[in-house]
Amino acid sequence: MADLVLKTENLCKSFGALKASCDVSLDLRAGEIHALIGPNGAGKSTLIKQIAGNFAPDSGTVELLGRDVTALDTVARARMGLGRTFQISALAMDYSVLQNAVLGALGGQGRVFRFFRNVMEDPALLEAARDALERVGLTQDANRRTADLSHGQRRQLEVAVALTLKPKLFLMDEPMAGLGADGSHRLTGFLDGLREQAPILLVEHDMDAVFALADRISVLVYGQIIATGTAAEIRANAEVRRAYLGEEDAA
Amino acid sequence: MMVTRESLLNWAMIAALLLVPLAAWSLDEPFIITLATKAAILALAGVGLNIALGLGGLISLGHAAFFGIGGYAMGILAAHAQNYEPLFEWPFLFEGSNQMPLIWLVAVVFSALAALVIGALSLRTSGVYFIMITLAFGQMLYYFAISWSAYGGEDGLSIWVRNDFPGLNTLDPIQFFAIAYVILCGALFFAARLARSPFGLALAAARQNEDRVEAVGLTPFTLRLTAFVISGAITGLAGALFADLNRFVSPTMLSWHTSGEIMIFVILGGVGRLYGPVAGAALYILLEHLLGGISDYWQIFLGVLLLLIVLFARGGLIGAIAGREKAHG
Repeated sequence: MADLVLKTENLCKSFGALKASCDVSLDLRAGEIHALIGPNGAGKSTLIKQIAGNFAPDSGTVELLGRDVTALDTVARARMGLGRTFQISALAMDYSVLQNAVLGALGGQGRVFRFFRNVMEDPALLEAARDALERVGLTQDANRRTADLSHGQRRQLEVAVALTLKPKLFLMDEPMAGLGADGSHRLTGFLDGLREQAPILLVEHDMDAVFALADRISVLVYGQIIATGTAAEIRANAEVRRAYLGEEDAA
Repeated sequence: MMVTRESLLNWAMIAALLLVPLAAWSLDEPFIITLATKAAILALAGVGLNIALGLGGLISLGHAAFFGIGGYAMGILAAHAQNYEPLFEWPFLFEGSNQMPLIWLVAVVFSALAALVIGALSLRTSGVYFIMITLAFGQMLYYFAISWSAYGGEDGLSIWVRNDFPGLNTLDPIQFFAIAYVILCGALFFAARLARSPFGLALAAARQNEDRVEAVGLTPFTLRLTAFVISGAITGLAGALFADLNRFVSPTMLSWHTSGEIMIFVILGGVGRLYGPVAGAALYILLEHLLGGISDYWQIFLGVLLLLIVLFARGGLIGAIAGREKAHG
């Protein structure tokens, strides 16, 4: 079991008559990138929120690192090592890029109730923050105001903040969204190497990236996982082609 | 450290707040010293609120509760001391006190406790509900004080002599000003450290983006509650000093007008600007003194000024003079 980092079992979540998640069971193994794809409205975001702890499922369980975390909130799951990036960049926009990264490092370190020391002069936090910024290629922009960053740079910063947490797994909600071909390509290369550090559950619309990166792919349609398998298996799956990829595309 | 226009402005203000009463002292104008003392004390109340409002983004309309608790801490302790009526006899005999340091300690502890309770309940809401709940708690204490006849009820409590501070003659206006000024400087120093501390970074981040703070494993509620308690404690200390300045405490200190006034100091000066409450409170006192001599309805002018600042200068006076706050690298 140690090699299962994340496991959901029979997750169900309804909003009124709408079944947003229906019997969703999936897992994430050490060292892999597991992509979650599905058409708009398939329930990907609802599933992500149940895994991260924003929503409690109506039934079913979420296990993180072998521990049932269904009853824990987002903060507790983050502390356990769940590093999350958001579909819509969630950053402190008035802060500099470096401050956002230091915030991440501070959260990772957890010693926040200190009232006198200057946080921007803390060598351990700064080192972790600068290191993460360098890995995503934002070193040049460290002192810029986050609100002034381009969309693509904000996406990079999202990833950098997740890195500062030194997480045990990443939960990435459309990290490529809105990136140009170039940015998307670079991020693909970066995520490819990242799986060595921690496995990634990747929700993504960019099919080139998904097929290039994913060890396994799960396809979510109307709240249900209709198939899980390698890229080749998913490409060959008739039901997936019908539901999602489109017949002519997959021919 | 880089010298910015804002830090120059801050130094100028804090120097002016010292030099004006010193000049008044040498010219034997005790009334002006008293005005400066009042400005310093109200600024201190604003520094407290600014930690919740400016740093934490918590729009509290209930800070009069802490200001008033501080005031009543002074009033109750001093009234017992002057009337030789023990406050309580068990577990030990306590006859009240006219010693400022003890009064301040009691004011800080009780306003912090009140902030802990009020914060724990009201921080479960946000936005306009938070404003209304803090307002409601403030008004609850206000009406409680009105009906608390043991301590003067609606009429309030008067103290014959100002309380003592070891080694100083507190009835001398300039010496009492010195006490208020030193405490204000201490609070400003603390607030500046706080804003740059790990706690301050996380608190202000929770104001900007709650999801982000949760995603890095920090709890916005705990950060905000801590800020609210610190904020309430500082405003409570200001309340004890204010009551000592007037040698009088009444339920008015607890009313929502007082909450509004403290908020006006912060907004006039610039929300989230460290020295904003100093600028705001000084301007308020200045206007009250200058315009109050012309018309009883001077607050109409204050209203116009507040309107102009909210519409055209979001950073308040400090923002208008020193420009937009820069992100600290």
